[in-house]
Amino acid sequence: MKARRLAPAPAPAPVGGWRRGFVLGVMALGACVVFGRAFQLEVIDQDFLAAEGSKRSIRDVTIPAHRGAIVDRRGEPLALSAPVESLWAVPQALLDAPRYVDAVAKLLGRQPDELRKFLQARADRKFVYISDPLSPGEAKRVLSLGAPGVFSDPSYARYYPAGEVAGQVVGFCGRDGTGLEGIEKAQESVLAGKQGSRRVIRDRAGHIVEDNLKFVEAQSGEDVQLTIDLRIQYLAYRELKEAVAEHKAKGGTIVIADSATGDILAIASQPGFNPNNPGERKPPGTRNRAITDLYEPGSTAKPLLVAQALELGLFQPTSTIDTTPGWFKVGALTVRDDHPGGVMDLAKILAKSSNVGAAKIGLTLGPEAVWAGLQRFGIAEPLYTAFPGEANSVLRHYSQWGEIATATASYGYGWSLNALHEVRAYSALANDGLMPHLRLIKNAPPVPPQRAISARTAREVREMLETVVAPGGSATRAAIQGYKVAGKTGTARKLSDNGVYDANRHMALFVGMVPAENPRLVGLVIIDEPSDGRYYGGLAAAPVFASVMQGAARLLQISPEGTHTPDLAPPSLPRAVGGPTMVKVNARTTR
Amino acid sequence: MKRGALLIPLSLIIAIVVSALAVVRTKHENRGLVTELEGLRSDRERLDMEWAQLQLEEATLANNNRVERIARNQLGMTEPNDYVIVEDKP
Repeated sequence: MKARRLAPAPAPAPVGGWRRGFVLGVMALGACVVFGRAFQLEVIDQDFLAAEGSKRSIRDVTIPAHRGAIVDRRGEPLALSAPVESLWAVPQALLDAPRYVDAVAKLLGRQPDELRKFLQARADRKFVYISDPLSPGEAKRVLSLGAPGVFSDPSYARYYPAGEVAGQVVGFCGRDGTGLEGIEKAQESVLAGKQGSRRVIRDRAGHIVEDNLKFVEAQSGEDVQLTIDLRIQYLAYRELKEAVAEHKAKGGTIVIADSATGDILAIASQPGFNPNNPGERKPPGTRNRAITDLYEPGSTAKPLLVAQALELGLFQPTSTIDTTPGWFKVGALTVRDDHPGGVMDLAKILAKSSNVGAAKIGLTLGPEAVWAGLQRFGIAEPLYTAFPGEANSVLRHYSQWGEIATATASYGYGWSLNALHEVRAYSALANDGLMPHLRLIKNAPPVPPQRAISARTAREVREMLETVVAPGGSATRAAIQGYKVAGKTGTARKLSDNGVYDANRHMALFVGMVPAENPRLVGLVIIDEPSDGRYYGGLAAAPVFASVMQGAARLLQISPEGTHTPDLAPPSLPRAVGGPTMVKVNARTTR
Repeated sequence: MKRGALLIPLSLIIAIVVSALAVVRTKHENRGLVTELEGLRSDRERLDMEWAQLQLEEATLANNNRVERIARNQLGMTEPNDYVIVEDKP
């Protein structure tokens, strides 16, 4: 092989300057892209991306606020919140495991076929409730089956341990937990409390890994203490319900109050409802007739007229009035007495409930004085109970009264009031002329009583009212063994739809106080339209008054003379539900 | 170079390492405490639940209607009618 001379290596071509420039350019471009992207992410999209990041890890967890309880004056619960679990299911997931459907249905008390149909009808949904709110224990039992697609949702439910006995006072809450009726509505702002929240960081498995970002503590609602005494409330409700059934009446109302402090110890009406049963939560059962309904007081207004007559000095307890022949004409109106009594003194006019006597007193006083007498007892003044639906009384100005209106107003027609107005007026008679402010909320700021009439007049009227209950009076059935009772019956005709008084529809009333010399309790009983023939106040309402007052006097240990006045509210245990600190029992009134 | 000149940076480096380890430790403790707090909160919730349920149970058992039914029907009790209230006058 002949050695060939290798061709001399070609001289390296000079490297073009452009290559260097190209490489540097590419690198610069790369750097620009990286920096540009970084600029975009860090500066332009920063807010969006940070928010997205937080969305995946930061959570605001709400802390539910516990709703305050409603308790009676002795601390017995009338409304309580308790935790419940509502079970829900993903229909398809549960249907795919047929053997669990039967087990779940059995525990829930439903028919397996019915539950299966129920789920099949909703198979395309991802969420369906399969139970009413259950107690945590029951829910746990269902969950422990391990059925696929069955979950539970915790929440609070409201319970009313007193049931229908205090239903109309306490009211009830809606599904969302806000008060819709009664005290639940009136005291919503106190009871509700405030939801808290905390911001946490969660890892992928849902565990909280950091928890000090932001914390707003939940404020539990405060308890509301009522002036109601559940024992007396129960007694009053039971007796009223029995009487309404016995007399085949349309309804009824009962109010018992402490005449000195104005605390309402019992307030109930019929028909009632059970607040624990949502199906029953509709009128007329939910109506608290004592506060929302107006009526004409009839004969129960006569003592107020007599008090005004005595107060003005135009009549003395010894004054006599001739009511013969048992009727008399005022213009086109004929005033009649059921039991004509001839010449009577004031006490007898009340005991026999003489319309003629009352009309004659009223006409002697004149419209202005009769009207002013009712004003004294706060008839036209609102009660300010803050209870929803409180009805205001209807009392026309005396300048619009003719002779007939004056005469009828004297025996309780032509003006109307609600039951609490009447209780307040009689509390003034009971409390030696000082009319208390009626309260339903125990810790409401005290309002001083106002003077309605002089103590002397009040005592004189009370003595007259004792004769009503004494033998020969119209309400002997209101008598209580061992106690002296003062009171007044009323049998008021009701207005029919065409504006005429209906001779067949009555309200039987009795309002009275115990013990007569030194009253502690004032009570009013109304039976609306008794239809068994016994429609007189002394027959239908007075016996209810007697049995309730006897029980109440025993429970409160009121001595027969009324001189011994034990504290009506023994110290009660503070109830604390929820929150690390004791919940103060301190109800504010919302007016 | 003086030997002293190295001393300051060196001690600073050690300090940094120590404090970094302390941060790790604190973070770790914090997590533990957060978990504990979480557990205590759920304990409180559970106890609140139990308290509300016990109150409810007590109220249900002490319901006047139930007490009256048992007193009258099972125990044969009646309301006291023949009683005298004795007053202790000072």
